[in-house]
Amino acid sequence: MTWHTFFAMGGYADYVWSAYGFATVVLLWNIASAVHRRRAVMKMLRELALAEQTPKESAAQHYVH
Amino acid sequence: MYKYASPKNFYALAGRLVPWLGTITLLLFVFGLYLGLYVAPPDYQQGDSYRIMFIHVPAAWMSMFVYVLMAGAGLVGLVWNIKLADMLATASAPIGASLTLMALVTGSLWGKPTWGTYWVWDARLTSELFLFFLYLGFIALQAAIDDPRRSARAGAVLALVGVVDIPIIHFSVIWWNTLHQPASIGSLGKIIAPTIYPTMLHPLLIMSLAFFLFFFTVVLIRMRGEILARERHTGWVMQIVRSDANAPEARP
Repeated sequence: MTWHTFFAMGGYADYVWSAYGFATVVLLWNIASAVHRRRAVMKMLRELALAEQTPKESAAQHYVH
Repeated sequence: MYKYASPKNFYALAGRLVPWLGTITLLLFVFGLYLGLYVAPPDYQQGDSYRIMFIHVPAAWMSMFVYVLMAGAGLVGLVWNIKLADMLATASAPIGASLTLMALVTGSLWGKPTWGTYWVWDARLTSELFLFFLYLGFIALQAAIDDPRRSARAGAVLALVGVVDIPIIHFSVIWWNTLHQPASIGSLGKIIAPTIYPTMLHPLLIMSLAFFLFFFTVVLIRMRGEILARERHTGWVMQIVRSDANAPEARP
Protein backbone atom coordinates (compact mmCIF):
# COMPACT_ATOMS: atom_id res chain seq x y z
CA MET A 1 0.00 0.00 0.00
CA THR A 2 1.33 3.43 -0.88
CA TRP A 3 0.83 6.52 1.26
CA HIS A 4 -1.41 7.89 -1.43
CA THR A 5 -3.86 4.97 -1.36
CA PHE A 6 -3.70 4.96 2.44
CA PHE A 7 -4.75 8.60 2.68
CA ALA A 8 -7.34 8.20 -0.09
CA MET A 9 -9.28 5.69 2.07
CA GLY A 10 -10.94 4.16 -0.97
CA GLY A 11 -12.62 7.46 -1.83
CA TYR A 12 -13.93 8.03 1.71
CA ALA A 13 -11.02 10.21 2.80
CA ASP A 14 -13.20 13.22 3.67
CA TYR A 15 -15.44 11.26 6.03
CA VAL A 16 -12.81 9.02 7.58
CA TRP A 17 -10.22 11.75 8.22
CA SER A 18 -12.81 14.26 9.41
CA ALA A 19 -14.05 11.69 11.93
CA TYR A 20 -10.53 10.84 13.10
CA GLY A 21 -9.57 14.51 13.15
CA PHE A 22 -12.56 15.39 15.29
CA ALA A 23 -11.84 12.48 17.64
CA THR A 24 -8.25 13.68 18.02
CA VAL A 25 -9.40 17.20 18.88
CA VAL A 26 -11.82 15.84 21.51
CA LEU A 27 -9.16 13.62 23.11
CA LEU A 28 -6.59 16.43 23.20
CA TRP A 29 -9.17 18.85 24.62
CA ASN A 30 -9.84 16.38 27.43
CA ILE A 31 -6.18 16.21 28.41
CA ALA A 32 -5.63 19.96 28.09
CA SER A 33 -8.69 20.98 30.08
CA ALA A 34 -8.04 18.43 32.85
CA VAL A 35 -4.42 19.53 33.27
CA HIS A 36 -5.34 23.19 32.97
CA ARG A 37 -8.08 22.89 35.60
CA ARG A 38 -5.71 21.33 38.15
CA ARG A 39 -3.01 23.92 37.46
CA ALA A 40 -5.52 26.76 37.72
CA VAL A 41 -6.64 25.52 41.14
CA MET A 42 -3.02 25.18 42.23
CA LYS A 43 -2.17 28.69 41.00
CA MET A 44 -5.16 30.12 42.80
CA LEU A 45 -4.26 28.36 46.05
CA ARG A 46 -0.69 29.58 45.78
CA GLU A 47 -1.89 33.16 45.41
CA LEU A 48 -4.20 32.64 48.38
CA ALA A 49 -1.31 31.33 50.47
CA LEU A 50 0.85 34.32 49.47
CA ALA A 51 -1.96 36.72 50.29
CA GLU A 52 -2.26 35.25 53.77
CA GLN A 53 1.42 35.79 54.39
CA THR A 54 1.13 39.48 53.59
CA PRO A 55 -1.09 41.66 55.81
CA LYS A 56 -3.09 42.98 52.84
CA GLU A 57 -6.43 41.31 52.09
CA SER A 58 -6.55 39.72 48.66
CA ALA A 59 -9.33 39.44 46.12
CA ALA A 60 -8.32 35.80 45.72
CA GLN A 61 -10.14 35.02 48.95
CA HIS A 62 -13.44 35.47 47.19
CA TYR A 63 -12.75 32.38 45.09
CA VAL A 64 -15.51 29.84 45.68
CA HIS A 65 -14.62 26.49 44.18
CA MET B 1 -7.45 -0.49 49.74
CA TYR B 2 -9.83 1.29 52.10
CA LYS B 3 -7.31 3.96 53.02
CA TYR B 4 -7.43 5.32 49.45
CA ALA B 5 -10.99 6.45 50.12
CA SER B 6 -9.52 9.48 51.89
CA PRO B 7 -8.96 12.42 49.50
CA LYS B 8 -5.38 12.86 50.69
CA ASN B 9 -4.31 9.29 49.91
CA PHE B 10 -6.35 9.19 46.73
CA TYR B 11 -4.65 12.37 45.51
CA ALA B 12 -1.24 10.76 45.92
CA LEU B 13 -2.33 7.43 44.42
CA ALA B 14 -3.93 9.14 41.40
CA GLY B 15 -0.76 11.15 40.86
CA ARG B 16 1.28 7.96 40.69
CA LEU B 17 -1.23 6.15 38.43
CA VAL B 18 -1.66 8.87 35.79
CA PRO B 19 1.74 8.49 34.04
CA TRP B 20 1.37 4.69 33.85
CA LEU B 21 -2.22 4.73 32.67
CA GLY B 22 -1.39 7.48 30.19
CA THR B 23 1.51 5.52 28.72
CA ILE B 24 -0.51 2.29 28.37
CA THR B 25 -3.36 4.29 26.80
CA LEU B 26 -1.04 5.88 24.25
CA LEU B 27 0.47 2.51 23.28
CA LEU B 28 -3.00 0.98 22.88
CA PHE B 29 -4.09 3.90 20.68
CA VAL B 30 -1.02 3.51 18.45
CA PHE B 31 -1.50 -0.26 18.14
CA GLY B 32 -5.27 0.01 17.67
CA LEU B 33 -4.95 2.68 14.99
CA TYR B 34 -2.28 0.67 13.18
CA LEU B 35 -4.54 -2.40 13.11
CA GLY B 36 -7.70 -0.45 12.34
CA LEU B 37 -6.44 1.93 9.67
CA TYR B 38 -3.68 -0.10 8.08
CA VAL B 39 -3.95 -3.86 8.73
CA ALA B 40 -7.74 -4.38 8.62
CA PRO B 41 -9.06 -4.89 5.06
CA PRO B 42 -11.80 -2.68 3.58
CA ASP B 43 -15.37 -3.83 4.20
CA TYR B 44 -16.95 -5.67 1.27
CA GLN B 45 -20.03 -3.38 1.39
CA GLN B 46 -18.84 -0.12 2.94
CA GLY B 47 -15.29 0.04 1.63
CA ASP B 48 -13.00 2.07 3.87
CA SER B 49 -15.75 4.21 5.40
CA TYR B 50 -16.43 1.53 8.02
CA ARG B 51 -13.07 2.43 9.65
CA ILE B 52 -14.94 5.22 11.43
CA MET B 53 -16.35 2.37 13.53
CA PHE B 54 -13.05 2.07 15.42
CA ILE B 55 -13.65 5.43 17.08
CA HIS B 56 -17.43 5.69 16.81
CA VAL B 57 -18.27 2.46 18.65
CA PRO B 58 -15.80 2.94 21.55
CA ALA B 59 -16.96 6.57 21.95
CA ALA B 60 -20.61 5.46 22.01
CA TRP B 61 -19.91 2.67 24.50
CA MET B 62 -17.99 5.05 26.73
CA SER B 63 -20.73 7.70 26.50
CA MET B 64 -23.07 5.22 28.20
CA PHE B 65 -20.52 3.66 30.56
CA VAL B 66 -19.39 7.06 31.86
CA TYR B 67 -22.98 8.13 32.40
CA VAL B 68 -23.79 5.01 34.44
CA LEU B 69 -20.58 5.49 36.43
CA MET B 70 -21.45 9.15 37.01
CA ALA B 71 -24.98 8.31 38.18
CA GLY B 72 -23.65 5.44 40.33
CA ALA B 73 -21.03 7.69 41.92
CA GLY B 74 -23.72 10.30 42.47
CA LEU B 75 -25.87 7.72 44.23
CA VAL B 76 -22.98 6.64 46.48
CA GLY B 77 -22.32 10.28 47.33
CA LEU B 78 -26.00 10.85 48.00
CA VAL B 79 -26.51 7.82 50.25
CA TRP B 80 -23.18 7.51 52.08
CA ASN B 81 -22.02 11.09 51.74
CA ILE B 82 -18.61 10.10 50.35
CA LYS B 83 -16.83 13.16 48.98
CA LEU B 84 -14.64 11.22 46.55
CA ALA B 85 -17.76 9.73 44.91
CA ASP B 86 -19.16 13.24 44.40
CA MET B 87 -15.86 14.33 42.90
CA LEU B 88 -15.83 11.31 40.58
CA ALA B 89 -19.30 12.24 39.32
CA THR B 90 -18.32 15.88 38.77
CA ALA B 91 -15.04 14.92 37.07
CA SER B 92 -16.74 12.39 34.78
CA ALA B 93 -19.34 14.74 33.33
CA PRO B 94 -17.23 16.83 30.90
CA ILE B 95 -15.39 13.72 29.67
CA GLY B 96 -18.66 11.87 29.14
CA ALA B 97 -20.19 14.86 27.37
CA SER B 98 -17.22 15.15 25.01
CA LEU B 99 -17.28 11.42 24.20
CA THR B 100 -21.02 11.60 23.51
CA LEU B 101 -20.38 14.48 21.13
CA MET B 102 -17.64 12.39 19.52
CA ALA B 103 -20.04 9.47 19.05
CA LEU B 104 -22.62 11.80 17.48
CA VAL B 105 -20.21 13.56 15.12
CA THR B 106 -18.32 10.44 13.99
CA GLY B 107 -21.65 8.64 13.58
CA SER B 108 -22.89 11.48 11.45
CA LEU B 109 -19.76 11.33 9.30
CA TRP B 110 -20.27 7.59 8.91
CA GLY B 111 -23.97 7.99 8.19
CA LYS B 112 -23.50 10.28 5.20
CA PRO B 113 -21.64 7.79 2.94
CA THR B 114 -23.54 4.78 4.33
CA TRP B 115 -27.15 5.99 4.62
CA GLY B 116 -26.92 9.10 2.45
CA THR B 117 -27.70 11.46 5.34
CA TYR B 118 -25.78 13.07 8.20
CA TRP B 119 -28.72 12.91 10.54
CA VAL B 120 -32.05 11.21 10.99
CA TRP B 121 -34.41 11.45 13.96
CA ASP B 122 -34.47 7.75 14.65
CA ALA B 123 -34.61 6.31 18.16
CA ARG B 124 -30.90 5.52 18.48
CA LEU B 125 -29.63 8.91 17.32
CA THR B 126 -32.26 10.88 19.20
CA SER B 127 -31.71 9.07 22.50
CA GLU B 128 -27.92 9.53 22.15
CA LEU B 129 -28.44 13.25 21.48
CA PHE B 130 -30.62 13.36 24.59
CA LEU B 131 -27.74 11.79 26.54
CA PHE B 132 -25.52 14.70 25.43
CA PHE B 133 -28.11 17.15 26.80
CA LEU B 134 -28.27 15.19 30.06
CA TYR B 135 -24.53 15.67 30.48
CA LEU B 136 -24.80 19.37 29.67
CA GLY B 137 -27.69 19.70 32.11
CA PHE B 138 -25.64 18.02 34.85
CA ILE B 139 -22.66 20.33 34.23
CA ALA B 140 -24.83 23.47 34.10
CA LEU B 141 -26.75 22.50 37.24
CA GLN B 142 -23.59 21.83 39.24
CA ALA B 143 -21.99 25.03 38.00
CA ALA B 144 -25.04 27.02 39.08
CA ILE B 145 -24.88 25.91 42.73
CA ASP B 146 -22.00 27.29 44.79
CA ASP B 147 -22.29 25.10 47.87
CA PRO B 148 -20.35 21.89 47.01
CA ARG B 149 -22.63 19.51 48.92
CA ARG B 150 -25.86 20.91 47.52
CA SER B 151 -24.29 21.00 44.07
CA ALA B 152 -23.31 17.32 44.35
CA ARG B 153 -26.77 16.32 45.56
CA ALA B 154 -28.60 18.18 42.81
CA GLY B 155 -26.30 16.71 40.16
CA ALA B 156 -26.75 13.19 41.53
CA VAL B 157 -30.54 13.45 41.44
CA LEU B 158 -30.48 14.70 37.85
CA ALA B 159 -28.03 11.97 36.81
CA LEU B 160 -30.17 9.27 38.44
CA VAL B 161 -33.37 10.45 36.78
CA GLY B 162 -31.59 10.59 33.42
CA VAL B 163 -30.27 7.05 33.72
CA VAL B 164 -33.51 5.77 32.12
CA ASP B 165 -32.06 7.02 28.82
CA ILE B 166 -29.31 4.38 28.92
CA PRO B 167 -31.52 1.27 28.35
CA ILE B 168 -33.46 3.30 25.78
CA ILE B 169 -30.24 3.94 23.84
CA HIS B 170 -29.15 0.33 24.16
CA PHE B 171 -32.42 -1.29 23.15
CA SER B 172 -33.51 1.39 20.66
CA VAL B 173 -32.21 -0.63 17.70
CA ILE B 174 -34.28 -3.62 18.85
CA TRP B 175 -37.46 -1.92 20.06
CA TRP B 176 -37.85 0.41 17.10
CA ASN B 177 -37.25 0.08 13.41
CA THR B 178 -34.19 2.32 13.23
CA LEU B 179 -31.91 3.27 10.39
CA HIS B 180 -29.04 2.58 12.79
CA GLN B 181 -27.87 -1.03 12.60
CA PRO B 182 -28.21 -3.41 15.57
CA ALA B 183 -25.14 -4.18 17.63
CA SER B 184 -22.47 -6.39 16.07
CA ILE B 185 -20.96 -7.06 19.47
CA GLY B 186 -23.60 -6.89 22.15
CA SER B 187 -22.61 -9.77 24.35
CA LEU B 188 -19.65 -11.82 25.42
CA GLY B 189 -20.97 -14.62 23.21
CA LYS B 190 -20.43 -12.47 20.14
CA ILE B 191 -16.85 -11.76 21.18
CA ILE B 192 -16.12 -15.47 21.58
CA ALA B 193 -18.02 -16.38 18.39
CA PRO B 194 -17.88 -13.04 16.55
CA THR B 195 -20.09 -11.99 13.70
CA ILE B 196 -17.32 -9.76 12.34
CA TYR B 197 -13.86 -10.79 11.16
CA PRO B 198 -11.03 -10.93 13.73
CA THR B 199 -9.03 -8.44 11.62
CA MET B 200 -11.85 -5.94 12.28
CA LEU B 201 -12.80 -7.15 15.77
CA HIS B 202 -9.30 -6.90 17.27
CA PRO B 203 -8.71 -3.21 16.49
CA LEU B 204 -12.22 -2.47 17.77
CA LEU B 205 -11.52 -4.18 21.10
CA ILE B 206 -8.09 -2.55 21.43
CA MET B 207 -9.48 0.88 20.63
CA SER B 208 -12.26 0.30 23.17
CA LEU B 209 -9.72 -0.56 25.83
CA ALA B 210 -7.73 2.53 24.85
CA PHE B 211 -10.82 4.73 25.25
CA PHE B 212 -11.60 3.06 28.57
CA LEU B 213 -8.13 3.71 29.98
CA PHE B 214 -8.12 7.18 28.45
CA PHE B 215 -11.22 8.01 30.45
CA PHE B 216 -9.62 6.81 33.68
CA THR B 217 -6.41 8.75 33.01
CA VAL B 218 -8.29 11.99 32.42
CA VAL B 219 -10.79 11.45 35.23
CA LEU B 220 -7.93 10.96 37.70
CA ILE B 221 -6.31 14.23 36.62
CA ARG B 222 -9.67 15.99 36.95
CA MET B 223 -10.31 14.44 40.36
CA ARG B 224 -6.93 15.70 41.57
CA GLY B 225 -8.02 19.20 40.63
CA GLU B 226 -11.38 18.70 42.37
CA ILE B 227 -9.68 17.38 45.51
CA LEU B 228 -7.35 20.39 45.71
CA ALA B 229 -10.25 22.79 45.26
CA ARG B 230 -12.58 21.14 47.78
CA GLU B 231 -9.95 20.25 50.39
CA ARG B 232 -8.14 23.58 50.14
CA HIS B 233 -8.64 24.39 53.82
CA THR B 234 -6.91 21.24 55.02
CA GLY B 235 -3.33 21.20 56.20
CA TRP B 236 -2.10 18.63 53.70
CA VAL B 237 -3.34 20.66 50.70
CA MET B 238 -1.70 23.81 52.08
CA GLN B 239 1.51 21.86 52.44
CA ILE B 240 1.30 20.66 48.80
CA VAL B 241 0.63 24.22 47.68
CA ARG B 242 3.70 25.50 49.51
CA SER B 243 5.97 22.77 48.13
CA ASP B 244 4.44 23.17 44.67
CA ALA B 245 5.41 26.85 44.66
CA ASN B 246 9.00 25.70 44.12
CA ALA B 247 8.26 23.43 41.14
CA PRO B 248 4.83 24.47 39.83
CA GLU B 249 5.00 22.80 36.43
CA ALA B 250 6.31 19.43 37.57
CA ARG B 251 3.08 17.46 37.95
CA PRO B 252 0.08 16.98 35.65
